[in-house]
Amino acid sequence: MSKLAECIGKAKAEGRAALIAYLPVGYPNVEDSIAAMVAAVEAGADVVEVGVPYSDPGMDGPVIQQAVDVAVRAGVGMRDVLRAVEAVAAAGAVPVVMSYWNPIERYGVERFATDLAAAGGAGAITPDLIPDEAAEWIAATERADLDRVFLVAPSSTDARLRSTAEACRGFVYAASTMGVTGTRATVGRAAEELVTRTRAVAPDLAICVGLGVSNGSQAAELAGYADGVIVGSAYVRELIEGRGPDGVRALSEDLAAGVRT
Amino acid sequence: MTTSAVQPSGERVAPARSEWPDAAGHFGIFGGRFVPEALVAALDEIAAAYEAMRDDPEFLAEFGRLQREYSGRPTPLTAVPKFAEHAGGATVLLKREDLNHTGSHKINNVLGQALLVQRLGKTRVIAETGAGQHGVATATAAALLGLSCTVYMGEEDTRRQALNVARMRLLGAEVIPVTTGSRTLKDAINEAFRDWVANVESTHYVFGTVAGPHPFPGMVRDFQRVIGDEARAQVLEREGRLPDAVLACVGGGSNAIGIFTAFLPDDGVRLLGLEAGGDGVDTGRHAATITGGSPGVLHGARSYLLQDDNGQTIESHSISAGLDYPGVGPEHSYLHDIGRAEYRAVTDAEAMEAFALLCRTEGIIPAIESAHALAGALTLGKELGPDALLLVNLSGRGDKDVETASTWFGLGDREDVDPGPGLDTEQQPTEGAISNDEAVAGPEAGETA
Repeated sequence: MSKLAECIGKAKAEGRAALIAYLPVGYPNVEDSIAAMVAAVEAGADVVEVGVPYSDPGMDGPVIQQAVDVAVRAGVGMRDVLRAVEAVAAAGAVPVVMSYWNPIERYGVERFATDLAAAGGAGAITPDLIPDEAAEWIAATERADLDRVFLVAPSSTDARLRSTAEACRGFVYAASTMGVTGTRATVGRAAEELVTRTRAVAPDLAICVGLGVSNGSQAAELAGYADGVIVGSAYVRELIEGRGPDGVRALSEDLAAGVRT
Repeated sequence: MTTSAVQPSGERVAPARSEWPDAAGHFGIFGGRFVPEALVAALDEIAAAYEAMRDDPEFLAEFGRLQREYSGRPTPLTAVPKFAEHAGGATVLLKREDLNHTGSHKINNVLGQALLVQRLGKTRVIAETGAGQHGVATATAAALLGLSCTVYMGEEDTRRQALNVARMRLLGAEVIPVTTGSRTLKDAINEAFRDWVANVESTHYVFGTVAGPHPFPGMVRDFQRVIGDEARAQVLEREGRLPDAVLACVGGGSNAIGIFTAFLPDDGVRLLGLEAGGDGVDTGRHAATITGGSPGVLHGARSYLLQDDNGQTIESHSISAGLDYPGVGPEHSYLHDIGRAEYRAVTDAEAMEAFALLCRTEGIIPAIESAHALAGALTLGKELGPDALLLVNLSGRGDKDVETASTWFGLGDREDVDPGPGLDTEQQPTEGAISNDEAVAGPEAGETA
């Protein structure tokens, strides 16, 4: 049973979108990053993307780069990530790991799937792994009963939307714009078009939208057409600007209200 | 026979298809595409356009014309007997890619991709560059074809290759110093990918080496294979036989793949890639990816890379900006694993010794990158003895490196500096020919370089 599908389905039954918060493990340090994740959950996040720090985050903008760079230099690794996964699960939300592919491959694909399942993780989002290269990951997640989330983008053809959605379990991540992570003033029409196109080829799969969302009113707008709203850089910025778990909590409250309007 | 790609007249026909990569860009377990979905459509578009173009007589004619009339191909072979005295008396032949327009082999790939950009109808090109040679080549092609050009270059590299930054700006390109991470080539590639994903509709990423996601490794190889196609025919004509070994430096590996490809079917020809050993592979401060790394995923492909236990890329170190890269093209990883090519590390000190030797014995200032291949020839020649015939790819010229070399050798620009015994022309050339021994061996010199 997909933990992510169940969680997002429950939100849908309440007539709202799910709130998905991204925070990287190890910024500003492991303990404080876990405290921030718990604060996000307590203030209304349904799912936490537990970010694995990576030295070459090619899909991330400056805010997330700055945070993960600190974590990478501190030597944060998969053991810390699994500890954060356990903490998020204990706080009552669904943890899903967000990782570029190499840290998972280096840890061992099979070992990662086994350990993630044991820690209570739902699965993983892999931004630089496309289904074409994912045979080993798909097999490992099947065996461990884990979700796997791939991305679709405005540039994806309908054929790729279909094949990518078919490879997903839990939800499909719709990247709202062509670009890297970071807050934007407007998310734009491309996101809604992408959701509509994806829904047409995958009517039964939850579709969550990320890239550029930073406040409750944007979240409310996205909740009008998406099953889940993903927020990353805005959370990380709370930590970078020194507002700590309280800042994360306040942002989560604003966003949680947004997905309910 | 692979040499059919270059006719005696210099006319080009489509080269034979290589056995690899497969349709999805895999060289055995290496290569492939590890990219955000947002880039897949653009990569598919490039692959389709290249597939349609590669055998097209119109493209081949135009590519051949640019190579002859603009770049100056074919490049000659040069025998270097005085240098070879230090290589066990072997015969050493240099493939003179340094004599290309813009000063290195990089123009071969850029001209091919520039013609591709025209077919794609895009108006802007971006590129990453380490030593600046690929950036200069891309800026040159952009000026020639009227394209807007942005080059990402690590801040550290903009400093040590300042001459090439000036060249790119003269050619009308925008040079953006990259201040993230190690501030070298790896980080320049990250920034170029970030630019590309946001501007992919108007922009083509002129990837500079045989790495990155499919179709770049195979396509860049095809554009670079002219080096080996020419050299194989030239060696046969000159010596009546194939070389015993073909040597080239390997960072990402485009000049090496370029010269190796024509020789792949020739089982008796050893293929030797020389990686940047920095301070020595055992010190951890190096860029010898195959020698000292392990398989993983970086910059869009699976290949050998320098990584720690957490899968984080380890920063590389080399005196040569063009080899200072913790990854390597996937075809090299494959050639290593199937045993068709060998890879060895050359330290900064060994490379600079070979650099000095070629300057003093033959009047050729090589790029420091290429000096790694020369150092490999000095060692291999001694191993194989005087009957050996070695073909070395002199991938670039060293004008860009004069400041680094002057610092390394302690030459400075003050007239009161004693240049040291090596500059005394009365002396026998030694393997530290330019400088005093301390300057060659001193690790401090390496750090200031």
